[in-house]
Amino acid sequence: MNLLRLSLNLLRRDWRAGEWRVLLLALVLAVGSLATVGLFADRVRQALQQQAQSLIGADLRITSTRPFPPDYRESATRQNLQVVQSRTFPSMVSFREQVLLSEIQAVEAGYPLRGKIEIDDGGVHVAQAIPARGTVWADERLLRRLDLNVGDEVGIGARRFTVAARIVKDIDQSIGFSSFAPRVLMNDADLASTGLLQEGSRLSYRLLIAGDAVRVKALRTALEPGLSGNEKMEDVRDARPEIRTALERAEHFLGLAALTAAILAGAAMALAARRFVLRHLDGCAVMRCLGAQQRQVLWLFLNQFILLGVVAVLLGGLLGYATQALLVESIASMRDASLPQPGVLPLLKAAASGFALLLGFAFLPLLQLRKVSPLRVLRREMGMPEASGWLIYGLAVGVLALLFLWHAGSLKLGLAVLGGLLAGLLAFGWLAWLLLHGLALNSFYFQSQWRHAFNNLARHGRNAAVQVVALSLGGMALLVLTLVRADLLEAWQGKLPPDTPNRFLVNIQPDQYQPVRDFFARQSLPAPELQPMVRGRLVAINERAISGDSYPDPRARGLAEREFNLSWMEQMPVWNELASGKWWTEKANGELSVEEGVAKTLGIHLGDTLTYDVAGSRFAGRVTNLRKVQWDSMRVNFFVITTPELLRDFPASYLSSFYLPPDKVRAGDALSRAFPNILLIDTGAVIAQVRGIMDQIAQTVSAVFLFTLLTGLAVLYAALLATQDERSHEAAILRTLGADSRYLRRLHLSEFAVLGGLSGLFAAAGAVLLGWVLARFVLDIPYQSDGSIWFIGVGGGMAVVMLAGWVATRKLALRPPLRILAAD
Amino acid sequence: MASIVQAEGLTKQVMSGDSPLTILHDVTFTVEAGESLAIVGASGSGKSTLLGLLAGLDVPSGGKVMLHGADMFALDEDGRARLRGELAGFVFQSFQLLPALSALENVMLPLELAGAKDARQRAADSLHQVGLSARSHHLPKHLSGGEQQRVALARAFVTRPRVLFADEPTGNLDAATGAQVIELMLELNRAQGTTLILVTHDEALARRCGKQLRLAAGRVVPG
Repeated sequence: MNLLRLSLNLLRRDWRAGEWRVLLLALVLAVGSLATVGLFADRVRQALQQQAQSLIGADLRITSTRPFPPDYRESATRQNLQVVQSRTFPSMVSFREQVLLSEIQAVEAGYPLRGKIEIDDGGVHVAQAIPARGTVWADERLLRRLDLNVGDEVGIGARRFTVAARIVKDIDQSIGFSSFAPRVLMNDADLASTGLLQEGSRLSYRLLIAGDAVRVKALRTALEPGLSGNEKMEDVRDARPEIRTALERAEHFLGLAALTAAILAGAAMALAARRFVLRHLDGCAVMRCLGAQQRQVLWLFLNQFILLGVVAVLLGGLLGYATQALLVESIASMRDASLPQPGVLPLLKAAASGFALLLGFAFLPLLQLRKVSPLRVLRREMGMPEASGWLIYGLAVGVLALLFLWHAGSLKLGLAVLGGLLAGLLAFGWLAWLLLHGLALNSFYFQSQWRHAFNNLARHGRNAAVQVVALSLGGMALLVLTLVRADLLEAWQGKLPPDTPNRFLVNIQPDQYQPVRDFFARQSLPAPELQPMVRGRLVAINERAISGDSYPDPRARGLAEREFNLSWMEQMPVWNELASGKWWTEKANGELSVEEGVAKTLGIHLGDTLTYDVAGSRFAGRVTNLRKVQWDSMRVNFFVITTPELLRDFPASYLSSFYLPPDKVRAGDALSRAFPNILLIDTGAVIAQVRGIMDQIAQTVSAVFLFTLLTGLAVLYAALLATQDERSHEAAILRTLGADSRYLRRLHLSEFAVLGGLSGLFAAAGAVLLGWVLARFVLDIPYQSDGSIWFIGVGGGMAVVMLAGWVATRKLALRPPLRILAAD
Repeated sequence: MASIVQAEGLTKQVMSGDSPLTILHDVTFTVEAGESLAIVGASGSGKSTLLGLLAGLDVPSGGKVMLHGADMFALDEDGRARLRGELAGFVFQSFQLLPALSALENVMLPLELAGAKDARQRAADSLHQVGLSARSHHLPKHLSGGEQQRVALARAFVTRPRVLFADEPTGNLDAATGAQVIELMLELNRAQGTTLILVTHDEALARRCGKQLRLAAGRVVPG
């Protein structure tokens, strides 16, 4: 109890003397940074989960082309789960003289189980029930294309229905490109009376299930093995894979960015802890002399250390919570989406990380205090007890490694980033040491104060190198925050430029080739690139017949069993990239180009001969090149492309992707009316969502890097404090020996200029390297750095460190030497 | 009288470059309880090294020290610390007060380390004895040199030690203040019947102690 009180007393006094400030500041920033990312990502993830649930209208959805066996519904009901069924089919909807192919969905009461449908029946509101019998709800596309209004009557099959509402926000749509048609929602009880339920009707059945998560999971596990070939089960995990990928990628990036702040915090903490230990050697020696056991000394400081950790973690957590809340408020789309509140797990994770940092960077130096020799009370020249360097660095690296693995979420990514970072730090430290010694060796070419400065830095070579590395990290964060970030974000967002195609045109017949192009010209839209498409099945590789059974891998089996979309071209699409081999010349024939991924899956190599079956007739070609395809480019892509003569004579249809500006949406409707057989698929919503996430992530990255920058400044502060005592002592001796304050000032500024210049140089190198790594491995984009980063790095480093150093040391040159020496 | 400190063949060697340097040669003497011993000699004669060994602050290269019957160097570092806490008090040339603690808290420190319950009261009494009650809440940096050494005396005597080890206690003080501090120390010493072992190069101060041990180049020489 006494020991605790003494600890608190010492903590209070030490706090006043500023001993713990850097340590606390660094820790608060590290925890704050990690908590911001964790909480923010958690909210987005939860929102996505809810969105995905509302998208499939349930927790679990089974779709089938045949009626479900009754035991599906019974099993779910037995588990106390809610179940409703819907039946969907394509049918013509007629209004006056016009008809339009639409997707009709007949739903049972209770639909949907998750998410809400918003309708406009005079006012926009959430639908409380399903359409009343004799009425339907239609979506905007149907109303627009048929010039319908709410209240009009439409014909579906043998019946007429009143359009009771416009669907504002729809759910339970098919994922992917099948949801191209306008939608109509009707009461399932009316379905029989339409007369559309006949043999051969293309009905699709959906069983929606919702309830307790554990029971849903159990049901899924129970039903999944027994599913027939035409039944498919989906839950929220399967929904929106493209958005999930974007989020996961962004989360990794953010997590690693947050860890940059953690590494910097570690550096600041290590410097601060070292200074703390140096300043407490005397006190510990006195206590040892007065009878304190090693254990008592350890606990005395450990209590302070733990208390500090708790306070820092609490403050860091609060900071993180506030920052993510501000962040969400500042992003309009998120504010409007009323994101769910974050869970406590990210906070606990950040807190645990904070304690791990404290353990990794401050614990071992502190542990040395218990070993202070009591003899120091008589012999002050006795230094700090030596601890094993391996142990100190090993623990720090070990803690960092664990944090990286934990936050990166992937062993490969975590180890790669940490390994690269540590190798870089060691290389920079070693280079700094070498350069400082090189300068000292050649110092006789320089003026006295420069000579003195170089020798000072070289004498403390290891410490100076540590300072250079720490300052480089801070500088690197600053450069990454400003220059590299701008480059990266531009390149990243540039992946989906604003004119990214947002519509697909499918099923254009050869005789419509020219009329479609003419239509585009009339609408003042750029001419679409129409790609021919022939469907064919791969039947042999190098004349060896293949089937699904030839492959153990389910994906390969699927590919071998289904028909491919094949195309022919003279030139490779510009959005494809040649991976190996050569694209064909004009006169070439019998050649094939295969997408790299599918080639790997099916075991196809350059030089192989592939045989395809197209509607009963066969053709063969030799693979002369493999292509890389960006599937998220929203453009038309093919697994296999052939030289023109191979496919030209087969029956083909054409397809295209194009960008339809928002002000020309009506041109799309006109196209559908002019060419009723052509499918116009709207991919704009998906693109908007992916781009929205990217924008949100970009803003979060800025906030996270702000933490990194602040922590970098904490490192600078800690580095200056760490050497202040020694500088002060040296200044006093030099003053005693006749150095005037101008000389001292110039000496200090020279040292800071060298430190700052080197730090800036390394910071620029680190930032360019980090930018490249992030671009190449995390964001998957090309990266070109700007040459000015080197000048800004070195110049900025010198200016900032000289300024900060001047502020920290300006009084040293003015204090009477005896006062300093007596205090020492 | 029983002996309280007994040194037998104390030798201390350190490495100076590649060769060993002997700082203390085979020092043997005994101090009885309640006695006062002045260790005198020129700078570098080994006085402080001997004091460090007697108090168990350092370990010798040879020989042994018995403190109140306990073989100091048969104990480990923590054992010696415990023994110091129980038996010894210290006064140093550079006062060695903890800068973060007030005068009162500095005096409380050895009691709190020993787990005493009435530390505050005893420390306040001790400060009163050295005439510093009014300054008890001041930090060391706000006290004069003489006051700091009086706080150190209060801290040294608050545990009622059997032995007081003093290393040049007036070395950092002017003559008048030094004399006052010495008077106070000897008075407390007498009042508590403490054994005093004092390192000094002040011959006048040394003569006020019952015994003198003169060192030259690490050896005991006749006074």
